[in-house]
Amino acid sequence: MKWSFKDLLKLRSVRRVAQVFFFSLFLFFVVISDLRYLKGYPASLFLELDPLVAFATAITTHTVYIGLLLSLLLILPTLLFGRIFCNWICPYGILHHFIGWLLGKRRAEERERIEANRYKKLYSLKYVILIGMIVAAVCGSLQIGLLDPICLFHRSMTTAIMPLLNLFIPSSVYVRQYFHMGAWVIGFLLFFLVGMNVLIPRFFCRVLCPLGAFLGTLSSVALWRIDRNPDKCVDCDLCLKSCEGASDPHTQLRKSECFVCFNCIEDCPEDAISFKFMPPLKHEITAPMVPARRALLGSLVGVGFFAFGRASGKTDRDYNKKVIRPPGSVEEKDFLERCIKCDQCIRVCPTNVLQPSLLESGLEGIWTPILNMKLGYCELNCTLCGQVCPTGAIQRITIEEKTGVGPFAEEGPIRLGTAFYDHGRCLPWSMETPCVVCEEVCPVSPKAIYSREVTITKRDGTPITLRRPYVDPALCIGCGICEHECPVTDEAAIRVTAIGETRSRDRRLLMDGGVTSAVRDLEKRQR
Amino acid sequence: MSTNPPPDDTDGRTSRREFILRAGATGALLAGAAVAGRALWQPEHFVPGFQPEKGLQLPSYALALNKTLPSLAIAHGKEHDATVRAAIGALGGMSRFVQKGDIVMIKPNVAFDRPPALAATTHPEALRAVAKLVMEAGAAKVFIADNPINSPAGCFLKSGLRQVASDLNLELLYPETNSFSPLQLEGEVLKHWTFFHEPFKKATKVIGVAPCKDHNLCHASMTMKNWYGLLGGRRNQFHQHIHSIVSDFALMMKPTLVVLDGMNVLMKNGPTGGRLSDVKQMGTVVAGTDMVAVDSYGYTHLLERDLAELTYIHKAHDRGLGNKNWQDTFHKEVQA
Repeated sequence: MKWSFKDLLKLRSVRRVAQVFFFSLFLFFVVISDLRYLKGYPASLFLELDPLVAFATAITTHTVYIGLLLSLLLILPTLLFGRIFCNWICPYGILHHFIGWLLGKRRAEERERIEANRYKKLYSLKYVILIGMIVAAVCGSLQIGLLDPICLFHRSMTTAIMPLLNLFIPSSVYVRQYFHMGAWVIGFLLFFLVGMNVLIPRFFCRVLCPLGAFLGTLSSVALWRIDRNPDKCVDCDLCLKSCEGASDPHTQLRKSECFVCFNCIEDCPEDAISFKFMPPLKHEITAPMVPARRALLGSLVGVGFFAFGRASGKTDRDYNKKVIRPPGSVEEKDFLERCIKCDQCIRVCPTNVLQPSLLESGLEGIWTPILNMKLGYCELNCTLCGQVCPTGAIQRITIEEKTGVGPFAEEGPIRLGTAFYDHGRCLPWSMETPCVVCEEVCPVSPKAIYSREVTITKRDGTPITLRRPYVDPALCIGCGICEHECPVTDEAAIRVTAIGETRSRDRRLLMDGGVTSAVRDLEKRQR
Repeated sequence: MSTNPPPDDTDGRTSRREFILRAGATGALLAGAAVAGRALWQPEHFVPGFQPEKGLQLPSYALALNKTLPSLAIAHGKEHDATVRAAIGALGGMSRFVQKGDIVMIKPNVAFDRPPALAATTHPEALRAVAKLVMEAGAAKVFIADNPINSPAGCFLKSGLRQVASDLNLELLYPETNSFSPLQLEGEVLKHWTFFHEPFKKATKVIGVAPCKDHNLCHASMTMKNWYGLLGGRRNQFHQHIHSIVSDFALMMKPTLVVLDGMNVLMKNGPTGGRLSDVKQMGTVVAGTDMVAVDSYGYTHLLERDLAELTYIHKAHDRGLGNKNWQDTFHKEVQA
């Protein structure tokens, strides 16, 4: 293929420039979501632009959180031009477009390519998925993040791709290697979804994507669309050769399926296709085709997701002691109304403590963030997770609000849980060995962990003086650094569990709960 | 769509050439497998976890003994720069320790993710003052490195040391996966441990710049305890023999110079601190070539406690690693 300057001005070239730009921008945000580089960049911009995130959280919370207002910026071009997001901006769509090209679609025979891009009934599945997710959201369970492409791509980068890069090139992404629970599930899911392009080009975008379904629904009122001039058309079907959306440009255009990639315009040998303002309605299939009974089935699954999830009890009395949420998280039921499982908090966490839960927080909480103190601990002077959270599942709290100083002294610090000793595993408590690393690293002042000196007679009859540690529950903030640094590393002798978390009044431990009185008492005693 | 095989004109017999090629290929694979198998053969078993340990030996960075200049200097002053200068000046100036072309590793204590005012980490102004003197003395390169307890990036950022490193063009080395090698030592308990080797691959001089802090278990963290940050691995086991370990640090590291920053001392709730009321202004900087003497001054005059309880100082003294009776050493006390 020969290149000339004129090619550069073609729509396809302009689109490629946009694709490279937006994909690079996405990768840039993924890379700089790190304490060392963050410096106020809008690392969650793509998530904030995502109209499905704004729409679904508006359903669950009746609010549009801080940056989500930006999603209006994306709704406007969709209402004018259709789903241009899918093929011009969406980094996950661009990935699938590129992979489809790379996997040899370009080398296949013309006929084979045309057949691969015809519309299939299967492509209406994404609308059923969207309906199910919206119904679940109406009930109070936000599940769009399972398949929303921006959430899915951020999550895959955070938990699978970035750690993979760092495994092969140590210190390239992290100072110390990061680990993520269940990374293999997310990693193989990414491989599966990308690999499906071999069987069906743009499989994810055409079949599964709820954001595509949402934008497709919006785009039924778009003012511009691809239009075929039947007088010029010779029915060669060549317009299907590179059709990304499988939107049938060779006949009545399926408006909600078109990705506005403009390939058909350039592939048409007769110049019969153009992008037109308000072309006749009878030449298009305006609205998405969703059989009513399947839509009903989708709604039932959505209701079931909420109802069966809640009925399993993990959000209520049978809550899991390991579901320790990041600092600034809202109360559990509200959390499940806000968290989109994008795992940006997990990406930005400087200690690797944040982990995607699998089933710890129940069916509804798959891939929502929890703390695993074996892998990290919550850094006292850090609120990065709340800074990048696009939906306010983790509120954008300040350090002063987190630590309960200055004007927030009356409320005291935010607590994530409470630490408890397991005396049978603790060296000074049952093994005649000095230790108290837990006391050393306890970051609050006065320390929540204190020790009492005791002199005991060892098994061999000699005396030994040890310090035995205790937790002061009025001071413990549940940061977990004691558990993280405990030398009994397989199952620490001090472990934090969720009880005592301040975000939920039902899960507090002490009746007064205020740190201030405990500190004052202690100071009096010390004097 | 299957293609037909080409017409056969050999009457089903194999040509000599084809025989040699095909038999040769099979034979070569067999021979290759045998050679590879023999070369990789492990004929003996071993006991996992009990293989002999090998590790690097750290050279001494200490200067030759000098009887005409003091080995301990105590300077009192109001701010870091002048006080550090006065202390180093009293020892004979930085040119005594660092010559033109030296590559100097400065080890601050950045263990925690804390702002400087809480005195849980080496104060950025103390580091700045020492680093400036080192560069004025003609050092070719200065490394700053530590392996903190909290996450490294956060510690260097919030302690203010990253800013100093970028202001003065010092090379900040994070404790990355590849930065460690095993160290071998004949310590009381420290024998074989993973060590932050990267900064020492090139360094010709080593200077420790430590804050003066209370410590919940070993009573105080000063210049000896500062070397804890050069070790990696399961450091949380150290607490089982903390005094032996801290005295082993004096064996492990023979620094060119140590500086104890006693301008603001963390008097209680150490080693993390957390409130300004834990910190006391003492307006003192102690510098010297004998860590044991420096720390015993720090414990008695800055933390203002009884040296008798500081077991690791006595252990180090008894092992001949330094002199706990700082008054008996050649020292000088100056005002900035």
